[in-house]
Amino acid sequence: MLLITCPHCGERAQAEFTYERPVQTVIALDAPVEVAVETLYNRANPRGWSWELWRHTHGCGAWLKLHRHTATHEVAAVALLEAGA
Amino acid sequence: MSRLAAGGMVRRDRPVSFQFDGRTYQGLEGDTLASALLANGVRLMGRSFKYHRPRGALSAGVEEPNALVQVGQGGRFEPNTRATDLYLYDGLVAESQNRWPGLALDLGAVNGLISRFIPAGFYYKTFFGGPKAWLVFEHFIRMAAGLGKPPTRPEADAFEHRSAFCDLLVVGAGPAGLQAALQAARAGARVILVEQDRQVGGTICRDPALIEGQEGLAWAKAAGAEILAAGGRVLLRTTAIGYWDHDLVTLVERRVEAGQAPGLDGLSQRLWHVRAKRTILATGALERPLLFSGNDLPQVMLSTAVRTWIQRFGVLPGRRALVLAGDDDAYRTADLLQQAGAGVTLLELRQTTTVPGQPFPVLTDVKVIKATGGAGGVRAVEITVKGQRQTLDCDLVAMAGGFSPVVHLHMQAGGALDWHEADGSFRPVSPRQNQICCGAANGTAGLAETLAEAQAEAAAVLLTLGFNRPDLAPPSVQSAGSSGPGLPGLPLASHGRAKTTFVDFQNDVTLSDIDLAWREGYRSVEHLKRYTTLGMATDQGKTSNILGLTQLAALEQRPVPAVGTTTFRPPYTPVTIGALAGAAAGGHSAPRRRMPLHDQHQALNPLWQPLGYWDRPRAYPRPGETLHQAALREARATRTTVGLTDVSTLAKFDIQGPDAGVFLERVCATRVRQLAVGRGRYTFMLREDGLLMDDGTVWRLAEDRWLLTSSSGGADRMAAHLSYVRKVLAPELKVSIANVQEHWAAVACAGPLAASLIAPLLIDGAAPAHMGLGRGVLDGTPLLVLAASYSGERAFEIYLAADQSAGLWRHLADKVLAADGALYGLEALEILRIEKGHVVVGGEIDGRTTPGDLGMAKMLRPGGGYFGAQALQRPALQAPGRVQLVGLEAMGSVIPEGSMLLTAPGAAPEGHVTAAGLRVLQGGSIALGLLRNGEARLGETLLACSPTRGVTTPVKVVSTVFHDPAGERYRG
Repeated sequence: MLLITCPHCGERAQAEFTYERPVQTVIALDAPVEVAVETLYNRANPRGWSWELWRHTHGCGAWLKLHRHTATHEVAAVALLEAGA
Repeated sequence: MSRLAAGGMVRRDRPVSFQFDGRTYQGLEGDTLASALLANGVRLMGRSFKYHRPRGALSAGVEEPNALVQVGQGGRFEPNTRATDLYLYDGLVAESQNRWPGLALDLGAVNGLISRFIPAGFYYKTFFGGPKAWLVFEHFIRMAAGLGKPPTRPEADAFEHRSAFCDLLVVGAGPAGLQAALQAARAGARVILVEQDRQVGGTICRDPALIEGQEGLAWAKAAGAEILAAGGRVLLRTTAIGYWDHDLVTLVERRVEAGQAPGLDGLSQRLWHVRAKRTILATGALERPLLFSGNDLPQVMLSTAVRTWIQRFGVLPGRRALVLAGDDDAYRTADLLQQAGAGVTLLELRQTTTVPGQPFPVLTDVKVIKATGGAGGVRAVEITVKGQRQTLDCDLVAMAGGFSPVVHLHMQAGGALDWHEADGSFRPVSPRQNQICCGAANGTAGLAETLAEAQAEAAAVLLTLGFNRPDLAPPSVQSAGSSGPGLPGLPLASHGRAKTTFVDFQNDVTLSDIDLAWREGYRSVEHLKRYTTLGMATDQGKTSNILGLTQLAALEQRPVPAVGTTTFRPPYTPVTIGALAGAAAGGHSAPRRRMPLHDQHQALNPLWQPLGYWDRPRAYPRPGETLHQAALREARATRTTVGLTDVSTLAKFDIQGPDAGVFLERVCATRVRQLAVGRGRYTFMLREDGLLMDDGTVWRLAEDRWLLTSSSGGADRMAAHLSYVRKVLAPELKVSIANVQEHWAAVACAGPLAASLIAPLLIDGAAPAHMGLGRGVLDGTPLLVLAASYSGERAFEIYLAADQSAGLWRHLADKVLAADGALYGLEALEILRIEKGHVVVGGEIDGRTTPGDLGMAKMLRPGGGYFGAQALQRPALQAPGRVQLVGLEAMGSVIPEGSMLLTAPGAAPEGHVTAAGLRVLQGGSIALGLLRNGEARLGETLLACSPTRGVTTPVKVVSTVFHDPAGERYRG
């Protein structure tokens, strides 16, 4: 179980969080049809570092961006979604 | 009796009575089941998995593959318990496994005679014969599969979870672990020391030594006491079962033995989640067996196990012993056997003896051909000495095949292994998390060396954690003999019959199985493992993996590390499911949510139905009424007079802000924004892939305040979805969302009398028009009245603060019943909506249908811009030939729920029945269904076929609205 440092709440167990999706699978509401369908169905499955959306569902509720290694589960960075890029 | 006159760590003044296979025996406190059985002369403890060969205890510890028993009775029953890892208690009841009808006479043993028909990969091979072959084999496989029986009763005792944090977690309280934990405790670090045995000491319990001038066990106990006194935690009978990500280690603490009644707290086991800054893995090493024909006979044991029986339990397992020496450790066993009064011959498998001048006979350059014997144990061993054949009589064979460090937790933590050819072992290297292997687990031999290493590792850990460490020298040690290196190139060469040379004892994998798998092309260790089932039993190959790998490497003519290892997965030893569940069992396995009006419903003794996490009344039967009769009465009352139902579980979101309307149009696929204040409408939402997700209603309460309702079961999903759209896709919008599902209760009042019944509650004294809203008040509580109809009748949903809802319910229930109406539950709701042709999430909105499929394409908002709009354009979702919602009218018998829709008997299905109901007032079976090109097939006659119910009946395709197609009734 990962230990995730929520910018609001500090170190918390993974059980408090919900994994949502890799950042690059987000489909903008105004994305062209081709882009939306491509993003929906042709997804990379990287072995390595990945930026992901998580939510501190059973904590402060914040949307977070995690930089996580998909093979080793190391977490290099946790940022609030609002903090940009 | 094999109990020695003195010695051992058992309480000779405390006899313990227990049962094994129906017979009562006496053991001593401190015995394991296995040691007590051996003390009673019981050598046969189980039958093997596949061939039902007689087996005794191979080991004296948790690695035991053979002596598996089922323990306890009723709610305290546990199968596959190792007799060597089960401490005796008064009243223990154990039974051997894998035998029928009895252990001594086992009819399954004929499997041994037909072993050539059940070779490696037998299960897989049965699949190649086509379905018919599988039908033949299935019965046989199911009879033979599995080890013990599953429990038949629910768990009687409690389990709990607990979390802990510390500076240093030490796994294993042998010399290395004790020394490391002691150093850390003295330095003031928070320490948790974990030991799977019920006492500290580890190998000291079988190999006495003098440490710091003290008897070893006394030193160990003093160390444990000092750690406790310094504020550390020492958890005995506790196994570290898994090393997970981010240095989380899970421990299972056995408060009582398997099958034993717990103390006053009722607690059977405790699962710990421990996060430590550093973890020292002092998990020791396991001895390996040797390979020869008949190496699985009872009384053929690991050499260290023999020492454990004698030193720890005061049991001499045999009187004419042969010790097979693959390493120098064997000499200790031979020595101890002789001291205990047994006749011993040491058979040195190496060319010459490395430890000359022994008081017992030593034969060198020995090759073991086979052991012979039966259910009573080994009787003789055939060997060659310098090429000359000999047969030696014996009643005990000790195998010293070298040691494998216990690297399981290290591997689980992401560490790697390094092969050491000299002693044929994998040693831990490259830790990825904060784990440190120490002592025998690190391949270190010798007590002094182990203590010194533990001292150094603990010092290094304390330094990195910022503790001032006491600068102590490692303890001085005197011990008899030391474990030397094993056989160069491993004692693998087998000289007997490969078919009866066992590698994996628990899964009955022999050398010939590995040879066969290799010949059939299973060259990768991962393939070999799955094909032969090597290492896949409950012991996870603790004694067999290295032997199997070495054999594969020999066949491949490659070095062992090039062949690779398989993955070590948690748990290290089997864990009962109850421990993993903890308190989250039965009614606590999922949160139960109660509606605010739960007590009011309960007083009416309804039939309850789970809906998501909620319980809702399904119907309120009168005495003598069936569910169906009650639901029909409730539905008829709603159609003819008035009905009242609780809809508090509906998802409800209070959405406010200048951009609230814009936000709703991002979420909802219908027109929303131009809705006038005080009006509402039906809406639905799509998933990212363009399929329907949910539906509900949206209401404009004020210029910039809206209420969104959606399905009860999808409420949590909808809350997350709204948050995603708000925070990730449309962060620029000025809008706030409050989930008010549990804050607002809601009751629905429907029927021809509904408007007159609720009008007095409204401030302006008039019921709102259909899809309009009104404000009311009852006893000072504000009411929001929404004129929405799901039943097809004129209907109102009345929202109010949840904690005030009882008053409104009582008020309306009295009026409804006085007007000859009825309270109705989910079943009547379903009957009413089917007759009206309304769809439901989980029914017609089944994760496969689009708005077009359900006849709602015209409601889609042109121009898109809503969630899922792009994917809805996918050709497959627009193509002709999709299923479409239709109504079905029975032409014969009642339409069965879930039927296939066919054009002719035996034809391919063209759709299915999603919901079956009836005409509420007129009677007659009707249904809703999804039918290919359904909208164009009105009037067609099809067959509704339910093979599971054995019913096929003709149906006519009709419009989805059976009741009031003009919509005059709900407009009022």
